Amino acid sequence: MSDRTATTLIPVLSAGEIAEIDAQIAHVPHRSAVAIDALKIVQAHRGWISDESLRAIASHLQMSADELDGIATFYNLIFRRPVGEQVILLCNSISCWIKGCDQLQRQIGEQLGVGLGETTPDNRYTLLPVTCLGACDRAPVLMVGEELHEDVDAAALHKLFARSGGGA
Amino acid sequence: MSLDLPLTRNVRPDRFPTDLAAYEANGGYRGLRAAVGKLSPAECLQVIKDSSLRGRGGAGFPTGMKWSFVPMGDASPGHKYLICNADEMEPGTFKDRLLLECDPHQLIEGMICAAYTIQADVAYIFIRAEYHKAARLLREAIAACYDRGYLGRNILGSGYSLDLQVHSSAGRYICGEETALISSLEGKRANPRAKPPFPQVSGLWGRPTIVNNVETLCNIHHILERGADWFKGLGLTEDAGTKLYGVSGRVKKPGCWELPMGTPIRQIIEECAGGMEDGYQLRGFLPGGGSTDFLTPEHLDLAMDYGTIGKAGSRLGTGTMIILDDRTCPVGFVKNLMQFFAQESCGFCTPCRDGLPWSAQVLGDIESGRGRAEDMDTLARQVEFIGAIGNTHCALAPGAMEPLQSAMKYFREDFERHISDGACPFREGGSR
Repeated sequence: MSDRTATTLIPVLSAGEIAEIDAQIAHVPHRSAVAIDALKIVQAHRGWISDESLRAIASHLQMSADELDGIATFYNLIFRRPVGEQVILLCNSISCWIKGCDQLQRQIGEQLGVGLGETTPDNRYTLLPVTCLGACDRAPVLMVGEELHEDVDAAALHKLFARSGGGA
Repeated sequence: MSLDLPLTRNVRPDRFPTDLAAYEANGGYRGLRAAVGKLSPAECLQVIKDSSLRGRGGAGFPTGMKWSFVPMGDASPGHKYLICNADEMEPGTFKDRLLLECDPHQLIEGMICAAYTIQADVAYIFIRAEYHKAARLLREAIAACYDRGYLGRNILGSGYSLDLQVHSSAGRYICGEETALISSLEGKRANPRAKPPFPQVSGLWGRPTIVNNVETLCNIHHILERGADWFKGLGLTEDAGTKLYGVSGRVKKPGCWELPMGTPIRQIIEECAGGMEDGYQLRGFLPGGGSTDFLTPEHLDLAMDYGTIGKAGSRLGTGTMIILDDRTCPVGFVKNLMQFFAQESCGFCTPCRDGLPWSAQVLGDIESGRGRAEDMDTLARQVEFIGAIGNTHCALAPGAMEPLQSAMKYFREDFERHISDGACPFREGGSR
């Protein structure tokens, strides 16, 4: 069963993805040790980890898809559902909560029409909560993609998401 | 005389990162040159032991003692590992980001010296996924070190070789627990491991492994270069060195500062952080991150060191304080933390997996005005049962109980008023 699945799904990974994963495998004692790196590599190419991607990675790492799913679903930043072009990570931990992250969440909701876990209709943004981002002296903070935004207020949000507000 | 602040001497006000040339121009890699190949690993270990350096990640374990359990020489053929824990995710903690983003070479120099002391041949920096800028700067700095002969084979002709890599995580608070971090580095779910065996004997891939916090490692080469007595002389109290202290919440100038270990809390909050924002009063604070017990204004004149804060019933933790002001609901404050810990539980043991969501739910009921008088007893039992070390697989759940138990002690009337009023008294006319 698993062998048949493996042979039919290996081609799902691109040559580039396989090359990146194999470069990681060279550093570790056994293939499954790069499970998290492999998930991140494929997610970087595709935005998220579909069931198909998951099975293809598992097959390449010679581990069961269920075991890999146990790892994938453990980590907050491995996405097992589709996300938009950019992920908004809104810090909701204590210092940002004191400084009004709940209000920011409401404002983002009004501006982009999304709640936590939702993606804008134009597929530009997905809004997710994130654990303390380690910038508590500049609370409230959020990330858009890889960019950190500090001391965020209503005006900053308007500027940040102006393009999406008008429709893409 | 100005203060001797070794850890932040290259930190610029604009936080522009210090590159290799600037780092060397300011005395960088002198500690490495003084130690690697010049002192024996045993001599280095003795200096670190004598310095009384304690771990800066939160637990405060003596660094030299931790290292002394690593098997050396013929007792340990094969790989040994040094891992830097840069998975900064404790709520309210933002000190390692400063060191990583502003002075990556300081961490690398500290790591090379630490790895040399335990004779590790491979080192990792385990960094949280969201620290993209820090990870990029570290990778650039590591590449520059290989070019310069500070990393790789036969470092500066000493005969000692070390490889250093950055591993970016995929996001989970429990990865900061050292054995969970090792599980994650092996590609697994980040479940903590039973101790013993301790990682010093059987860690990554079953090999001797040391895991140290960023700030801890940043101290190592300074101590080896300038000596244990110099380091001990930096502290104002019985604890040695300097410490990165932080303040967040409703203060005028939230921030992070390197100060002598044992600096009075009042000085940090009132001078460095500028005191409370106008219109806000100080009600309490967590001294060292989200899993430490509350202290109150009566504790302001205590020294911020391990022993003093411990005697006051809390922990120095990460040294980054979170301020509770008089317009923020203490129940909501603790509920926010409990939701964090419940979400971040690895799920391995029942008291943590099921207990923390239960506590969060009870707190949520009280905050929203649906609490009952007996909820206070329920919370007290949870604190007693989940908070006891030994009832859970690791320290996450006991840590989660620390702010709750102290909030119930210092702010009990707030809990009771929520229950008697059937509403949160802070919702109306408050800051939120």
